[in-house]
Amino acid sequence: MIFSLDLLTEAVIFGVLLGCFYAAVSIGLSVSFGLLDVPHVAHPAVMILGSYFTYLLANQGLDPILSGVILMPAFFVLGVLIYRFYYESFEKRGSEAGVRGLAFFFGLAFIIEIGLILTFGVDQRTVRAAYIGSSWELGDYRIPYRMLVAFGVALALTLALTIYLSKTFIGRAIKAVAQDQGALRLMGANPVRIKQWAFGIATAVSALAGAMVIVVGPVEPSMDRLYIGRTFCIVVLAGLGSMTGTLASGLILGISESIVLMFFGASWAPAVAFGLLLVVLGIRPQGLFGR
Amino acid sequence: MAAILEVNAVSKHFGGFTALSDVSIRVAAGERFGLIGPNGSGKTTLINCVSGSLRNDSGSIAFQGEEISRQPAYVRTRKGIARSFQVPRPFHTMTVLENLLVPTAYVRHLKDSEGEAQAMQILTDMGLAAKARAYAAELSQVELRKLELARAMASQPKLLISDEAMAGLSGSEVDEVLKILFDLNEKGITIIMIEHIMQAVMRFSQRVICLDAGKIICEGAPTEIVKNPDVQKAYLGA
Amino acid sequence: MKYWISVAVILVLTLGVALSPVNEYFFFAAYFVLTAIALSTAWNILGGYAGYVNFGTPAFFGVGAYTAVVLFKWLGAPLPVQIVAGAVMGGLLGFGVGLLTLRLRGIFFAIGTIAVIFIMETLMINWRYVGGATGLQLVRPPVSVPFDTYARMLFMVIAVVAVVAVSIARYVQDSWIGRGLRAIRDSEEAAECSGVPTLRLKLIACVISGGLMGAVGAPMPMYLSFIEPASTFSLNYTIAALGGSIIGGMSHWGGPIIGALVLSTLQQIITVTISGEVNVLVVGVLLVLFVVLAPEGVLGLFKRWLRSSK
Repeated sequence: MIFSLDLLTEAVIFGVLLGCFYAAVSIGLSVSFGLLDVPHVAHPAVMILGSYFTYLLANQGLDPILSGVILMPAFFVLGVLIYRFYYESFEKRGSEAGVRGLAFFFGLAFIIEIGLILTFGVDQRTVRAAYIGSSWELGDYRIPYRMLVAFGVALALTLALTIYLSKTFIGRAIKAVAQDQGALRLMGANPVRIKQWAFGIATAVSALAGAMVIVVGPVEPSMDRLYIGRTFCIVVLAGLGSMTGTLASGLILGISESIVLMFFGASWAPAVAFGLLLVVLGIRPQGLFGR
Repeated sequence: MAAILEVNAVSKHFGGFTALSDVSIRVAAGERFGLIGPNGSGKTTLINCVSGSLRNDSGSIAFQGEEISRQPAYVRTRKGIARSFQVPRPFHTMTVLENLLVPTAYVRHLKDSEGEAQAMQILTDMGLAAKARAYAAELSQVELRKLELARAMASQPKLLISDEAMAGLSGSEVDEVLKILFDLNEKGITIIMIEHIMQAVMRFSQRVICLDAGKIICEGAPTEIVKNPDVQKAYLGA
Repeated sequence: MKYWISVAVILVLTLGVALSPVNEYFFFAAYFVLTAIALSTAWNILGGYAGYVNFGTPAFFGVGAYTAVVLFKWLGAPLPVQIVAGAVMGGLLGFGVGLLTLRLRGIFFAIGTIAVIFIMETLMINWRYVGGATGLQLVRPPVSVPFDTYARMLFMVIAVVAVVAVSIARYVQDSWIGRGLRAIRDSEEAAECSGVPTLRLKLIACVISGGLMGAVGAPMPMYLSFIEPASTFSLNYTIAALGGSIIGGMSHWGGPIIGALVLSTLQQIITVTISGEVNVLVVGVLLVLFVVLAPEGVLGLFKRWLRSSK
């Protein structure tokens, strides 16, 4: 292991960019699992589905990020449908939704993944854009533009969702639904419809996150597995449902992963998220920035 | 009379919310003790701390002179504290009889044959014997409440905490459950009754404490409690 | 008693088949089916009885497999020793993971177990002794009498492992542990207040379940004459164990047997006739269909049919 301050600085800079990106891919889960308490282990699979749709649109000459934005309404509807189905099949019945709800989402993730393999094959897919492939020279450091774009979009997305949840009426209702459904009913709001809307938003956000994933690097169908660790690690570390916590946790994970990548090599990097997740579960399951 | 339960300066917070602040109660052995208070006043939090479903942040809880506040719930049940749940939580994949066999096996380490005999006796006393082979889904509201009490009794407790066992029941059903509780008290079991319905708790209790916003606002005989202006204020919001 | 007679009959039949001149491919396929039955049965002890979803089947299975490889390479240990050691390591892993996450809600345990798969896989990828990412070719020792080929012997071995797994699951279900686990699944808080030491029981179930998965994994390297991290820690084992239990029915030890039998046989057929990807897709689709439409599994459907035909 070669240790130098230069390498460390580079790792940290890269880690900050990576971290914001990780926060953005987790923020949908922060809503669906963190706030709504839905055991959405298919979140990364839905996101990778977004990457592949982005790939299709980008092949038509569209900008990948723009493609992600275009996909958002369709994914919103997809999210509403998924939640509706989950609600009718499990949440409404109440008892034992634990095992079956989890099995449902796990099965769903599998179906999406295998569906992608059958449609696109197991080969890696990439998209093209002006900002993919070139780097910004900053003194001695080279920062890939694609990371900068993802960084910018991620920040904007996180900020937008934070504002949406704290400033708008429906956003506050979503936060209320997480805490006290009874109170919400008294206010005359229907918790199921609010949760359905929130799940739609979370899924729409995943479409854009999926676009970012394919901007940052090539995708393959089984990639969702790695992101199960990253996204759940961030959401749990953040303290369920905290948006600013999600950003902070994303940074923690991004920087740790980048340092491990730099000093120990690529074969150790995937374990960082999963290791951190286990440590958090064991020591501080309420997260660092918990409610 | 000797105290069976002593709660001393117990506090409990949830995040920034104070559910209990500096609550002390003393329940004598064999007493019928009432705990009242408006919704959200901390009644259920208090008994969750006593039964072990929650850990109190500060203060101490002694049962028969022994400090129990750091012990897990199952240990407290084995020492003689049993409770019913406000929202019934039956073991819904088991029959009524099997529900009672959980405590007979885990608290009293009885074989199923002995456990079944004793469980049937409890069910008979409570008028549930006919439903011994039924599942929770087939029970009425009042039968579910009785099952809660029966399961609690199957652990042969010294102290029974009844958490709103009468909420939502009709007048005659309330009388039925009250009679069960009186009978159990006759047999020497100390009973803490948490109730929102004032009437039932006033008829039952020898002594009542009223909680509001996590604090004890008054304590005394039922007749004094109803006249207390603080209680009237807490309940009526006047 | 009836159960033990059936067990004896099944084992004698298995031995008979192993010694008879059946096509070698049969043993190859039957090994997979028996592995699936044993894994589902093991999974069900925690997942079905107590309601705690373990996604980490490949982690426990893989730990058993790698334990076997290390013992074989280092000491040339015989197969029974490998299996026992695999079980011990699987049980230890179950204890560790359980201690870390079983105090929390089920969902946290579930994602914790996913994490363990990837951590184990990463460790093995970076461990040269067992071949790292590229894997390790293993030379099988000579086959012991009375078996003609190694595949036949392994078929017998995995049949014994499966029978042991089922017998343990059956014992747990009927014992005091089983009642406590059911109480936990129905209402953890009420169980604790009925005197059930919930954490301890969940840990016991997790150790037994993990140990059995480790035992099932141990003969796998010899079966393939090869070990490699990616396929050893494949999530396909997760979906097989989960699917077998849910499709068969989780409330009874017979459920996972039926589910795994149906599922893995179907998978074998699809793999041969269509493709390997489609077979996993079918498992996923069946899993979702059953979870939604027949939550009590084949056993539940059967019970309903019995009641309606009365």
